[in-house]
Amino acid sequence: MLADAWNYVLSHPAQFYRALGVHVALSASALLIAALVCIPAGIAVARKNGLSLAVVNAANVGRTLPSLAVLALVMPILGTGFAPALFALTLIALPPIVTHTIVGMRGVDADAVDAAIGMGMTRAALLWRVELPMAMPVIFAGLRTAAVQIISGAVLAAFIGGGGLGDFITAGIAMMAVPQLLVGAIPVALLALGTDFLFGALQRRMTPQGLRA
Amino acid sequence: MITLDRLTKSFGGSAQSAVDGLSLTVNTGEICVLIGPSGCGKTTTMRMINRMVEPDSGRIEVGGRDVTKIDAVELRRSIGYVIQQVGLFPHMTLAENVATVPRMLGWDSARIAKRVDELLALVHMDPAIYRNRFPRELSGGQKQRVGVARALAADPPVMLMDEPFGAIDPITRARLQDEFLRILRELGKTIVFVTHDIDEAIRMGSRIAILRNGKVVQYDTPERILSHPADAFVEAFVGGDRSLKRLALLTAGPYVESGTPAAGAPRLPAATPLRDALSAMLDAGANEAAIVGEQGQPLGRVTLQSIQQAAAVART
Repeated sequence: MLADAWNYVLSHPAQFYRALGVHVALSASALLIAALVCIPAGIAVARKNGLSLAVVNAANVGRTLPSLAVLALVMPILGTGFAPALFALTLIALPPIVTHTIVGMRGVDADAVDAAIGMGMTRAALLWRVELPMAMPVIFAGLRTAAVQIISGAVLAAFIGGGGLGDFITAGIAMMAVPQLLVGAIPVALLALGTDFLFGALQRRMTPQGLRA
Repeated sequence: MITLDRLTKSFGGSAQSAVDGLSLTVNTGEICVLIGPSGCGKTTTMRMINRMVEPDSGRIEVGGRDVTKIDAVELRRSIGYVIQQVGLFPHMTLAENVATVPRMLGWDSARIAKRVDELLALVHMDPAIYRNRFPRELSGGQKQRVGVARALAADPPVMLMDEPFGAIDPITRARLQDEFLRILRELGKTIVFVTHDIDEAIRMGSRIAILRNGKVVQYDTPERILSHPADAFVEAFVGGDRSLKRLALLTAGPYVESGTPAAGAPRLPAATPLRDALSAMLDAGANEAAIVGEQGQPLGRVTLQSIQQAAAVART
């Protein structure tokens, strides 16, 4: 079975690498866009008590939506292809990143912030030198969760013509061709595990030494 | 010199002003202690000096300059700031913590490194050992030592200290009070010091401002506060052992009489506070104590009667 899957890859290299490339591009773009939106937004929102609570609650509701439902909801509006898939995956990544950013920023020691302001730190210095380094481990945990969710969620992009490794899986299921299904499933699993490992390592690196347990 | 002129501040939703027409002058080199029950406005008053809180009305001058005319960031860099919970940055080494203000002021790294070592040594934290440690490795007392070193880093003429020893155990607190009092006096800093502990106020203050409902009830030297409380509130606030507290402020030296002390009298240095001298006499069952100079040479004696008289002067 595995050998058949391997042979399939060897006989369709262009198709395989193209799907892998789309999958990675789709996932990486979605994560990048979500991070660029959510981290600054989370930082801004974290300063307001009421707004933080509202956003975290809204994000938690968003998190309960199944990825497939998000994709299905996007399709009638944006149609099919790469762009709608990217949009849907970005939506999936928003909640974990925004909640972790808010929680991380609000978890920064209030006394350290008071001391920093009292010593004459500017707003920008406070953010870059005190708040972000202290919140970074939590923000990175959010990116890690989002990255893994996106990679597995991207399999479903195949349903709306977004391409990626999901194409092999859907085709494999449709044709009852298990080797072809594995050509999609195994790389996705490895990609998800690898990403989790990579982000775990990055998270440890990004944790300032003084905050490491 | 710090001048507070008719300061008023109320916080949203509260009918009562936190600070209500408060005026106060702190002379250069003095330690002004703000004390009072919680909610009396002492911390708010202190925080208005470096504009952590903006007054509703009134005027604040530091070194002759109206603080509202100075950029808040620039103002704060020229005023040392120490808080009860210290607020060290946990992700920075102690050296980086202490270097905060010098770095913002753009000092070169050699000058910063030299200054950091100097300050850690000043607060009795061996730089060779502690320079590269992180805050989580320190005890509460050590954290506050670093907190004070950090506040002193750019040698600000003025320091604001908000209950700096409030979260520290009593034994360490007494030691830190003595040490910091000596350091701050030697450096000639002008200090506004907030506390709710009257013993600390008496020990640390050049002058004590007793606050109630956002107003100064009495602003005087510790000795005058103890000997001449302005009203029943102050009297109750300083506590029932005023005479003993005042005796703690006086040293044996000026009360020495000539004469040979009786056998069994305790031998005490001239710098001993009268309260401790009294205690030593009571312990020894003696009516007098032998007072000696720094080299142990006899200076004379202090009698129970003269201690009584010293306390009596306090009562008038």
